[in-house]
Amino acid sequence: MQAAPSRAIPRAPDRPLGVARPRWGERAIVASLFLCGLLSVVTTLAIVLSLLQPVLDFFAKVSIGDFFGGRDWAPLFNPPSFGVQPLLLGTLTTTLWALVICIPFGLGSAIYLSEYATPRVRNTLKPILEILAGIPTVVYGFFALTLVSPLLHDIWFFSAKKPDIFNALAAGLVMGIMILPTVASLSEDAMSAVPQGLRAGAFALGGTKLQVSTRVVVPAAISGIIASFVLAISRAVGETMIMLIAAGNNPNFTLDPREGVQTMTAFIGATGIGDVPQGTIGYLTIFAVGATLFAITLVINLIAIRLVRRFREVYE
Amino acid sequence: MSSVPSGYAITKQHRGRERAGDRLKARIFQGLMLFSLAIGIITLAVLLIQVLAKGWPRLNLELLTNFPSRRPARAGAQSAIFGTIWLMGIVMATAIPLGFGAAIYLEEYADPKRWYNRLIELNIQNLAAVPSIVYGILGLAFLARGPINLGRTLLAGGLTLTLLVLPIVIISGREAIRAVPNSIRQAAFALGATKWQTVSRQVLPAAIPGMATGTILGLSRAIGETAPLILLGALTFITFNPDGLTSQFTALPIQIFNWISRPQAEFKDLAAAAIVVLLVVLLAMNSVAIWLRNRYYRRPW
Repeated sequence: MQAAPSRAIPRAPDRPLGVARPRWGERAIVASLFLCGLLSVVTTLAIVLSLLQPVLDFFAKVSIGDFFGGRDWAPLFNPPSFGVQPLLLGTLTTTLWALVICIPFGLGSAIYLSEYATPRVRNTLKPILEILAGIPTVVYGFFALTLVSPLLHDIWFFSAKKPDIFNALAAGLVMGIMILPTVASLSEDAMSAVPQGLRAGAFALGGTKLQVSTRVVVPAAISGIIASFVLAISRAVGETMIMLIAAGNNPNFTLDPREGVQTMTAFIGATGIGDVPQGTIGYLTIFAVGATLFAITLVINLIAIRLVRRFREVYE
Repeated sequence: MSSVPSGYAITKQHRGRERAGDRLKARIFQGLMLFSLAIGIITLAVLLIQVLAKGWPRLNLELLTNFPSRRPARAGAQSAIFGTIWLMGIVMATAIPLGFGAAIYLEEYADPKRWYNRLIELNIQNLAAVPSIVYGILGLAFLARGPINLGRTLLAGGLTLTLLVLPIVIISGREAIRAVPNSIRQAAFALGATKWQTVSRQVLPAAIPGMATGTILGLSRAIGETAPLILLGALTFITFNPDGLTSQFTALPIQIFNWISRPQAEFKDLAAAAIVVLLVVLLAMNSVAIWLRNRYYRRPW
């Protein structure tokens, strides 16, 4: 039935053009490369799985309402208390102080590097900012504790009560410096991707450099800029060492920047130091707080990835 | 819009004259931007000077040859330095093949229309931004205990760091592969090369400098990473060098953290000296990466 009589030429074998015979070696290579790629999915699954069982065990002992609704965090005390709100608030305040530094100064640096700097200036200054991004966070923690915190204490004139040695402000501000290069470099990428024609058009209409930068280039690159802010939030929420060293490890339900706080990350780190026996409620709290942290950063990251894709689609 | 070439510089003579008020505003704006840049750069300078000044008295060979001690005058970081070298060996041995493999798959083989390939890609982007302490939890629950049960050993620490830096290695590796022009692939195919022959003998050699740059950046992230190792029990007081993959260990950033958290001021100075050592190593690695990038990466095709 297959060989229709109207065809005089013999039918070619039923394989796509260009492939002489199946190459099993090549297929094995593709399969092993695919497995390398799949490892990332396995990693995520392993993260979720390693969190899941302990979290279920934890919530079998502590109700979800007590965990998210409570304002008293003392899991290793007797009687224990599992209200996670102090940790959430500690994470929030330190993140806000970091954003106070990294958003305006990161964006300012980005506009300068993208719109004002000559190529030579840019090629000198950008690597310097990149060094800032490469410094280990434990070093920033040392810097916050031994220099910024005493400095804040000495120059404090806003109120009679001076900041404690361990305080949310110093830790947050130093974290802002740590994240600044991320904001600067991602925003600069987004602004550099704005077509030169938009700038030329705006100048042709009589715009000044200032107007073109702030009213044409920044709005045109806004999704990339916002993505850099969102990623900055994700970095700040997930930062551990600065918080562990300088923020005080004091689960304190307060917005006062002069006092010590404890973030989610710092709690996990501080509890992890003292080899907690497996299966105890103290061990399980690491996972409950870790799962909360993972869920929060996952949502933030997905928003950032979406925004980055959007600006890539528009201009690249 | 596309009629203006992207490299075209709009200089002063293309623009109209600015009014006096505009000039003042422009001055203020430019001043604010320079101030923003200065914040980062001055902080970097202050940080480096402070660490160097504080650590200078303790910056001697004993820091490198002595073992940790409860007496600050005799404490050193030898076991931590050896631990870090071991960890880097493990990360290199695992992250390079796995990361390059994934990068090659995603750039050369994966069909981006398939849902599983899109899933892998989204996953890697997300993993690059997962907090490092979460990797510590993964290492603790999955590698040190749980199904793989390596214990709190060098191998568990090294593999945790590998998972942490893999997204960096993959993302930068993909960029390097993408930069190889398609004409090279087509030429190889036209000569009858198979896909893998093309990839392994044409594309990879051309992309290696860029991939190496990304790998060094990933390694320098791993070398300074502290948080995940804390969860893996690397903070224990270790006065011997590791002797194998199943050895207990400490690492340089861990040792620094340990010294920072002690109340005595002498230990803070010791921490500063160890930070100088760590930063010098990092600076050396980054210089190699920048040198590689300038030497090979931006070559005109």
